[in-house]
Amino acid sequence: MIVSNNENSFLQEKVLWEEIIPGGTHWSGLIRRGTSLRFTDLDGGANLSALFYNAEEKLERYNMPDTLKAQHTAFLTTGNVCFSDLGRVMCSIIHDNVGWHDTICGFTDAAMVEARYGKSSYQTHHNNMFRNGKDGFLIELGKYGLGKRDLMASVNFFSKVTPDKVGNLSFVQAHSKVDSFVDVRFDMNVLLVVSAAPHPLDTNTTYQPASVKISASYAAPMQRDDVCRNLCEQNARGFINTERYYL
Amino acid sequence: MTQQLIESTLDSKNAVLNQICYAGDPWMAEVKKGQIFRILDLEGNQAVDTLFYSAANPEERYSAVDTIARQGKLYLTTDSVLYSNEGNAMLTIVADTCGRHDTIGGACSAESNTTRYALEKRPMHNCRDTFMYALSYCDCAVHRKMSKRDITANINFFMNVPVTNEGGLSFADGISGAGKYVEMRAEMDVVVLVSNCPQLNNPCNAYNPTPVQLLIWNS
Repeated sequence: MIVSNNENSFLQEKVLWEEIIPGGTHWSGLIRRGTSLRFTDLDGGANLSALFYNAEEKLERYNMPDTLKAQHTAFLTTGNVCFSDLGRVMCSIIHDNVGWHDTICGFTDAAMVEARYGKSSYQTHHNNMFRNGKDGFLIELGKYGLGKRDLMASVNFFSKVTPDKVGNLSFVQAHSKVDSFVDVRFDMNVLLVVSAAPHPLDTNTTYQPASVKISASYAAPMQRDDVCRNLCEQNARGFINTERYYL
Repeated sequence: MTQQLIESTLDSKNAVLNQICYAGDPWMAEVKKGQIFRILDLEGNQAVDTLFYSAANPEERYSAVDTIARQGKLYLTTDSVLYSNEGNAMLTIVADTCGRHDTIGGACSAESNTTRYALEKRPMHNCRDTFMYALSYCDCAVHRKMSKRDITANINFFMNVPVTNEGGLSFADGISGAGKYVEMRAEMDVVVLVSNCPQLNNPCNAYNPTPVQLLIWNS
């Protein structure tokens, strides 16, 4: 794992706000350029699916293939950035003690959750009902005039899925430990949409998604030795594209 | 690694549609439920960036992440089901003489060329430009009011993007060759959107984009 120079930049007393995302639930908000969010796995084995949109031009959105191609990786960790479909760095992973975040498996829908965990509605379980990733996303996206056409591949923070030689995928159970965290710096003004519903390949047959805490702070100014900018020349060019956009 | 290659029994003389898409060009058509759709790599090592939409409602479209997660498999070949964002089977691959096709590499764009290769590469022709052109001019996109909102992570037929157990990803030399093809049966009425990739900066087209042939048979 790459050691980050931003490791000690997070100070609890500098936290601007905190939000708990109870397991299974969804949230959205505007995260401004220069903000850093720490996502903390409160229970272990968390999955936080995230979508990113340019807050001003929501047609510009996170692009999984461009992100993976530019950095020659099939997963995300410290040093990796999330590219938009217009070649800009939307946000960057400045510190991570989880080591692997999936972005190729998408999110659950209602049928998948019912098939794996059984049926649990508001009528039977009130707010402990079994929620799924897709419906959580659509509820949040609808608040901004977005919908199904705007759903894209998500980043699934805390989840690890590995392929064998012929491409068969395996979900790594309990990959993330209690209190694991990942620090994400937002390099654009981003509409962030998250769901803490289970990962689609989670092999646990009991519905018990972990809760995640979001802690916001001002990001430290980017230094010459920035771990994300220097990961590869592709990232450096992505940051140039982002900086030009805000001139 | 050995791959099971499945040949087709269909004869091109019986095809109801038989067209060429030149390097760097778009191609769009409807394939009805039950029809067989073949993409033929005429000269070899040609990436064919492809998206599918429900003809009845283009909000339902091919979903790379659903296709990967619902089958627990990263690559596409014979018997792979191409799933929609609604979890429905759109097409099933029924023959494949190449053996492996990619669905995490996406399409090239002017902007991704700036990050991947050099800021000066922006003017080069690319797949998203082809998609945008097709959505502006092809009847089957225009009357459905399709736009950039409908462009999602595509399939790269004939492209080889191996991922290691450690998560490394590379763009390997193609495993396709002249005359190789992939054939799929439509499980619903679909609209096909193809960009015959013009990328010259990496080996996905062996630095020499070439034409492909598109054929459709009735069931």
